[in-house]
Amino acid sequence: MTGLATEQAVWRALDEVTDPDIPTVSVVDLGMVRSVEVTDGRLRVELLPTFVGCPALDLIRRAVAERLEGMAAVVEVEATFAEPWTSDRITPEGRRRLRESGFAPPAASPSGSGAQPLFATIAMRPTATCPYCGSTDTMMENPFGPTLCRAIFYCNGCRQPFEQFKAV
Amino acid sequence: MSAPDPVPAGAPAAASGLDEPTRRALAGLLLAMADDEFVLGFWDSEWTGIAPLLEEDVAFSSLAQDEIGHAQALYRILADLVGGDPDRIAFGREAQEYRHARLLDHARTDWAFSIARRFLYDTADAARLDLLVASAYAPLAGLVAKMRREETYHLLHVSAWLERLARGGEEPRRRLAEALELLWPDALCVLAPLPGEERLVEAGILAEPLAAAEQRWLAGLAPLLGRLDLGMPFRRAGGRLEPTVPRPASPRGDHSPSFQWLWTELTSVYRLDPEASW
Repeated sequence: MTGLATEQAVWRALDEVTDPDIPTVSVVDLGMVRSVEVTDGRLRVELLPTFVGCPALDLIRRAVAERLEGMAAVVEVEATFAEPWTSDRITPEGRRRLRESGFAPPAASPSGSGAQPLFATIAMRPTATCPYCGSTDTMMENPFGPTLCRAIFYCNGCRQPFEQFKAV
Repeated sequence: MSAPDPVPAGAPAAASGLDEPTRRALAGLLLAMADDEFVLGFWDSEWTGIAPLLEEDVAFSSLAQDEIGHAQALYRILADLVGGDPDRIAFGREAQEYRHARLLDHARTDWAFSIARRFLYDTADAARLDLLVASAYAPLAGLVAKMRREETYHLLHVSAWLERLARGGEEPRRRLAEALELLWPDALCVLAPLPGEERLVEAGILAEPLAAAEQRWLAGLAPLLGRLDLGMPFRRAGGRLEPTVPRPASPRGDHSPSFQWLWTELTSVYRLDPEASW
């Protein structure tokens, strides 16, 4: 088997590891996989935590390690902050799956590249499209939801509360 | 009396490539930031179940989780720099060895007090994070880039509450104004100069001295507080904002009985068996 084929197999396997809170999306859908390296019987995967304090991270790391077990003599799964995970990393497929599960996918990341002073983001007004009726006439009720990665909105169109996978 | 050396002893991390005074100054900065987030996170967590609105039970619980997560990641970077175990640094010190700013020494108190303290801390912390986003110390720069994206939501949340209380009628406004007045001197501790910070500026780890961040913080606050007709105890002197309240002599030490109580709580499980894996 060539190195390339193995790497593809690893990505396919990773696509079977789902988020423990939203089981319809995988770690690949969420853009959590930064790199996959296969060299000389050693397999190394880098994960980007969606939130620094995400309590599911250890669980996800273990699930990834378990799924990849046996694909190489040595399997290493590491979490890194070498680059920030942002919600812009969620794939189009991931966004579709989020919508199907009743979550609004994140709007474009509000804090951008980080060039502007953090203070300026006080004036930020987050937006979301209602996953039920498609209305953009929505408002943020609470920037914090049931998990760190979700915010609560209300749709003025269909008068339903809904959750958004937070734009960060 | 000199405070005990806050930086835990351990094998110097040769890999950091920093000279000893710079390494010690960086360790001091990491410990100050980590302790700030750690202690605030525990105060926040006290609102779980008793906040004035269900939404705020959720919000403060999330804030606590964010802050303690940030602290954990900062203790990890510190442990990689100086050796040792992040959990031992977080939980294994005596109360007076913590290096959080005095602003975080106060108990939770009432809702307006918690909002006032969070507003002052979050805005000061934002100015500090701005100095670190392009840090030459790569592990810190990477983490700060991530933290800033989360802090955006803290700022959004707390500034909305500040406005709500300031415009919320006589009693909320009075409680908010009293809390701000009481907290201002200790708020100045968050961006007080740290030992050896000039080495960090030289090494490109910190973009500017913390005093520069303090001026930007105050300049940013002035229009926000002014719009709500909330005073700031400062006067202009030579283009700078100078406080008209005294700066505490020991910005990150001499901790209060309230913190002593919190320390007893937050370390109680760890102290049962420091070697256990929970």
